[in-house]
Amino acid sequence: MSVLERLTERLTAVLPPDAVVTDPVRLRTYECDGLTVHRAVPGVVVLPETTEQVAAVVRLCREHGVPFVARGSGTGLSGGALPRTDGVLVVTSRMRRIVEIDVPDRRAVVEPGVTNLAITEAVRDQGYYYAPDPSSQQVCSIGGNVAENSGGAHCLKYGFTVNHVLAAEIVTPDGDVVELSAGDPGYDLLGAFVGSEGTLGIATKITVRLSRAPEAVTTLLAAFTGIEAGGHAVSAIIAAGVVPAAIEMMDALAIEAAEAAVHCGYPAGAGAVLVVELDGPRAEVEHQFAAVERICRDSGAFEIRTAASGEERAAIWKGRKSAFAAVGRISPAYIVQDGVVPRTALPRVLAGIDRLQEEYGIRVANVFHAGDGNLHPLVLFDDAVPGERERAETVSGRILDLCVEHGGSITGEHGVGVDKSRYMPRMFTEDDLGTMQLLRCAFDPEGLANPGKVFPTPRLCGEAPGVRTGVHPLVEAGLAEQF
Amino acid sequence: MRGERTPDALAATGVAVREAGDGDEVAGVRPRWVTLPESAEEIAAVLRACAAHDLAAVATGARTKLHWGAPPERCDVLVELSRMDRVLEHTPGDLVVRVQAGVTTEVLADALAAENQELALDVPVPGTTVGGLLATGIAGPRAFRHGTARDLLIGITVVLADGTIARSGGKVVKNVAGYDLGKLFTGSYGTLGVIADATFRLRPLPAARAWVTASVARPVTETVEPYVYEGRTFDTTSTDVAAALRAMVPAITESPLEPSAVEVDWPDVDGPCTVTVLLEGTAAAERAKALSALMGGTAEVTEEPPPWWGRLPEPSRRAGSGPPAEAPEPAGPRDAEAAVLTGAASDSAASGGGEILLEVRNIPSRLAGSFVGPFWAARAADVRPAVRGSLAAQVLHVALPPDTEPGLVAAFTGELRAHMEDEGRVVVLCAPREAARRLDRWGRVGALPLMRRVKERFDPGRRLSPGRFVGGI
Ligand SMILES: Cc1cc2nc3c(=O)[nH]c(=O)nc-3n(C[C@H](O)[C@H](O)[C@H](O)COP(=O)(O)OP(=O)(O)OC[C@H]3O[C@@H](n4cnc5c(N)ncnc54)[C@H](O)[C@@H]3O)c2cc1C
Ligand SMILES: Cc1cc2nc3c(=O)[nH]c(=O)nc-3n(C[C@H](O)[C@H](O)[C@H](O)COP(=O)(O)OP(=O)(O)OC[C@H]3O[C@@H](n4cnc5c(N)ncnc54)[C@H](O)[C@@H]3O)c2cc1C
Repeated sequence: MSVLERLTERLTAVLPPDAVVTDPVRLRTYECDGLTVHRAVPGVVVLPETTEQVAAVVRLCREHGVPFVARGSGTGLSGGALPRTDGVLVVTSRMRRIVEIDVPDRRAVVEPGVTNLAITEAVRDQGYYYAPDPSSQQVCSIGGNVAENSGGAHCLKYGFTVNHVLAAEIVTPDGDVVELSAGDPGYDLLGAFVGSEGTLGIATKITVRLSRAPEAVTTLLAAFTGIEAGGHAVSAIIAAGVVPAAIEMMDALAIEAAEAAVHCGYPAGAGAVLVVELDGPRAEVEHQFAAVERICRDSGAFEIRTAASGEERAAIWKGRKSAFAAVGRISPAYIVQDGVVPRTALPRVLAGIDRLQEEYGIRVANVFHAGDGNLHPLVLFDDAVPGERERAETVSGRILDLCVEHGGSITGEHGVGVDKSRYMPRMFTEDDLGTMQLLRCAFDPEGLANPGKVFPTPRLCGEAPGVRTGVHPLVEAGLAEQF
Repeated sequence: MRGERTPDALAATGVAVREAGDGDEVAGVRPRWVTLPESAEEIAAVLRACAAHDLAAVATGARTKLHWGAPPERCDVLVELSRMDRVLEHTPGDLVVRVQAGVTTEVLADALAAENQELALDVPVPGTTVGGLLATGIAGPRAFRHGTARDLLIGITVVLADGTIARSGGKVVKNVAGYDLGKLFTGSYGTLGVIADATFRLRPLPAARAWVTASVARPVTETVEPYVYEGRTFDTTSTDVAAALRAMVPAITESPLEPSAVEVDWPDVDGPCTVTVLLEGTAAAERAKALSALMGGTAEVTEEPPPWWGRLPEPSRRAGSGPPAEAPEPAGPRDAEAAVLTGAASDSAASGGGEILLEVRNIPSRLAGSFVGPFWAARAADVRPAVRGSLAAQVLHVALPPDTEPGLVAAFTGELRAHMEDEGRVVVLCAPREAARRLDRWGRVGALPLMRRVKERFDPGRRLSPGRFVGGI
């Protein structure tokens, strides 16, 4: 019997009858996440329902020396939830209870499989919402959000998942259940856990902050003839001291795709559109709206539309929100890239992407969170054309180089996962990565939690160093004097 | 033997070093040398020398509060960051700044204000350096709206105990590449490494600010039920205050007027308290007017904060009865600098002058509990606390008179903890040694075993601020 078979037997004993999946056909449904180029059929899949069951699974994995990977809804775009053929995939889809909603304390306690949007839906009537809003919010799980430190269009003003998580109950790679809380004295392990991509343990219960819905929201769509003018408007808005809830930009190709897919009706002839959302106290929003409108006109916007009602706002967002999928209408295949540059470097980086398009004969549609410099270039290719996929991959990688050269990052929200681990050395030195691994080793000395993700090379942790409790061994041996 | 060789080893690093004096004590423990590195590389050289000779090191910024927290188990070298005081890079268009850890928050604020920007952190202790601010993770009134240092930090360079220089994050506001070591180092009290530089996200200075202040003596909307404690029934002004706040604070925080902070000042727990709310933005004045209506007829709108705003509470001078003392003049950056140059003791830096300060955290709905807590604990332990802090973010500071008997400090802390329900936390930030010995500074720490493992990996030799942190880390 193989290790995995022995482990599977034990798993079956500690989990409910239908919670261990070994049927090859069902296993295959878990072979990839939202980044489908990386695939691996998991050794075994478990569907625990409680923290205790997750802990039991992890303890058994540890006992057998078998790696485990957590999976929420599988919408990740960096292969973070890519299973191990020799390991266990721990899927949280049966942990979907909202445990507690506590509006007076502005918080909700949820299980990791709860979707991002479900939280907002549960408290909307009371005038609250959960602020981080990834475009995948209808499906993605809060556990996945915590692992990826997910953002959304509105994180420009409101921050990311890490700014909205107050506590997490986690199962450590040792199988211990530990509560990490922002309010506790001691190291901010909660802050370190958020964004660790499942490599420090599995979150089994999460306490999130609920935010008060703003009094007023205004959304504005501005059309420009070219992307430079749009970029200029973004800089000018920031320089004017306005912090919008969101500033999103799309270029001509992305607009063309969105138009083909969802008929969003953006102004004809636009070389770029800007979606700006302002929210807050009504008086404040009115002041800011006037400023933004003026800046857009001064920057050359040839048409400005304003949404006041919910429906009008949805119409403006429709094109932007559908952009990723819409690109499928104009290209048989594409790579979704995710890089960040300092806002002031946007024009130079966009020009650089233009040059890459020409050099490699590859088209790139640009959709981005312009306010915080987070680019999502969509690199288009056709497998029917020999060599095009390879050239697209080269362009995609070189875009990341551009980001790093300009002081940016290889990922703003999709994570490193398995896909970008090889790019990590472009951003970080060996010492930087070695230091991060110290944290990893403190949590997971055996390296069983989602191995092969985030870091380019696995690192052996070695024994936990012995703790010295004050007296130096030399002193103890009478060979030296402590002063 | 070691004592002979070490100065050479430190001198060989080429980093400025001098013998330590009285003013260099860390919570009563006197180091042997003070080093004054000028770069991350120089910090690394010092820490490598410390590693080679097993010397313990404590990092320090302006030493405004070096006496807070537990004394180190051992301390040979003070790593003083006062020469690392430059703003390295400020790109207004990116709303990002990178600074050396020894920059004081005042110098930074001036540099940023020149571009009409700010780092949206309050600094309760004047003269604080960025490194000290991060290492202690302190926060002031506006944490309610803008978060704390960990939320605004986007990149950090640290030097580990073995001299490794490591960076995490970067200089873009959105970035999920690799672990966020900045979070780990924020609030780590120098026990994991020395912070060399830090990068923050900024925000535009608000166009206007307005403060709304109301005095709370009696219930605003609600009459309080008599408070029963250990079989005794009380009906006092202070419980009225709690009841009044319980009605007023949610009305403020839940209003769509978006206050940036809601603070309370309660100089004497037998008397009334003052609540002040900050509003920021172009329409601050209009919103302040609307808010003052919510806060009752006596609320007053001002363009300046009350004098106590954003400062730690000042205790009564004496443990016995009498009026609360005048606020002592805090040691400014200049004083601290002078102390560094001369190596002489400055009252605030070295002795701490018997300062006794506690921090109380709770969740908003338990506000009455954490507010009445000091009152009842004061009764039970017969001490005179002064309370100040954030009602909205539920972080209150409690100061006791410096001459409070050690036994009573411990009794008060115990009573206060007993009054907190499950989620309340009481941390003793600063107490004279005699008092500290009798109490548990940190209270319950959830993930202590994991924290110990982190410390073991980062500082296996226990050379960095050993014993200063939770659980003796
Ligand atoms: C159309 C589309 C749009 C998107 N838009 C955005 C966006 O706007 N912003 C954004 O940030 N992301 C976006 N994403 C990416 C993705 O949705 C997020 O990364 C999301 O947080 C993943 O959640 P998930 O539940 O699907 O996690 P999965 O894909 O299942 O897992 C992601 C990672 O989390 C780990 N993990 C999952 N659950 C746990 C747990 N309980 N404990 C510990 N680790 C766990 C996994 O091991 C893996 O490493 C988008 C994806 C798609 C397909
Ligand atoms: C245990 C403790 C809790 C505190 N809590 C609060 C609080 O809740 N509210 C409040 O208003 N103030 C608090 N303070 C005060 C706070 O320390 C000061 O406001 C500020 O940190 C002092 O800055 P400084 O530059 O003078 O630092 P110092 O007084 O020189 O040092 C303060 C602490 O930070 C460490 N440190 C300083 N620089 C570095 C660096 N570059 N790298 C690593 N570690 C460094 C020191 O070792 C020391 O532990 C606390 C202080 C301590 C020690």
